Amino acid sequence: MSTARILLIIFVMMLCTYLPRALPLALFRKKIKNRYISSLLCYLPYGILAAMVFPAIFSSTAALVSAIAGTLVALILAWRRKGLLVVSVSACAAVFIVERILDFAHLL
Amino acid sequence: MITWFQAIAYRPVNVYIHCNARGHRLKVPRAVIRPSGENRVIINEHIFPEAAIMLSFRKGLKDGVPIALGYISVAFAFGMLAVEKGLPLWSPVLLSVTNFTGTGQFAGIDLIRSGAGLWEVCFTLLIINIRYILLSLSLTQKLSPDISVGQRLLIAFGNTDEVFGISIQKTEPLTMRYMMGIILCSYTGWNAGTVLGVLMSAALPVMVRTALGIALYAMFIAIIVPPARDSKPITKVILLSVLISCLLTFVPILSKIGGGWRIIICGVISAALAAAVFPLDIKDDTAESKEAAK
Repeated sequence: MSTARILLIIFVMMLCTYLPRALPLALFRKKIKNRYISSLLCYLPYGILAAMVFPAIFSSTAALVSAIAGTLVALILAWRRKGLLVVSVSACAAVFIVERILDFAHLL
Repeated sequence: MITWFQAIAYRPVNVYIHCNARGHRLKVPRAVIRPSGENRVIINEHIFPEAAIMLSFRKGLKDGVPIALGYISVAFAFGMLAVEKGLPLWSPVLLSVTNFTGTGQFAGIDLIRSGAGLWEVCFTLLIINIRYILLSLSLTQKLSPDISVGQRLLIAFGNTDEVFGISIQKTEPLTMRYMMGIILCSYTGWNAGTVLGVLMSAALPVMVRTALGIALYAMFIAIIVPPARDSKPITKVILLSVLISCLLTFVPILSKIGGGWRIIICGVISAALAAAVFPLDIKDDTAESKEAAK
């Protein structure tokens, strides 16, 4: 793989990442007055983020069991309004601990 | 006559009062500032009518810290994987500097390695990134009206899922300073993580690496669950979206739909239904934006 080719691919990737982000921000400047559309835009982030997490989160670790443990820990802590970092680090810790237990029991 | 203030709070130490009508900037040392109802701010027990507390650069930096820490671990994994798969050391770093996106860059590793055609690269990335159109569209409704097109193009570069997720929750209009703070902080974390991952690809044991895989997903959970607790409609949007997402992933024929499209379909269907069943009361803030334009 030549350097020029990699540079070209990275450049195309940059365009295909930047344009979807930039076009709406550049072209769309007005506040939306329509009640339906503005409600839709308000709910949209939650729909999108939820679809990004589930079910992909269950295959994000080495085993399904550890992923479930991490997800539960994250859900409980988020429900108690803990910060992003606390939730994130605790979920990782839960996955780590469960995977060590699985490892010990030769299940991994 | 003074018509409109922006009080930019670096509390509780210094307050900069920026008067739009005259273009003055006053510094009030060690001020105590607090909002007082709609369009009223109290600074050192003096009431300033028609004033608003604006989100500051420092507040942006602060909100960016948890994102940056999450990014360090994910970008670390990205840098490591890229080196393991045989990419030249500079390429993952260049990818992170120019792209600043998670999923797309991970996909990029395989695209580069397999020597994919440029159209294939383009098509794959667009499908993965198509959700950004919706995120950016949503963000336009929250940005302060005084942000210029050029500044919007700069914000667009940093509008990642996480930056969007945090900033969209703010009740105040999003200022340029705030957006620069949160983007600068997360961008630094993303690139620092990539460089570390490239340099120490062999040093981190596999068991730690697999545990880090869940980090970003957990962050998303931390973003969406607290608002869901306060709002029934949001809870329903989330549950519906998860249900559709699982259907599209596990039902054999439907699972042919690519990940990028799946996310769009789930998001749009659930939000469209919720908007029809639970329409929001929209605040009329035209008066305020007219004042700001003077």
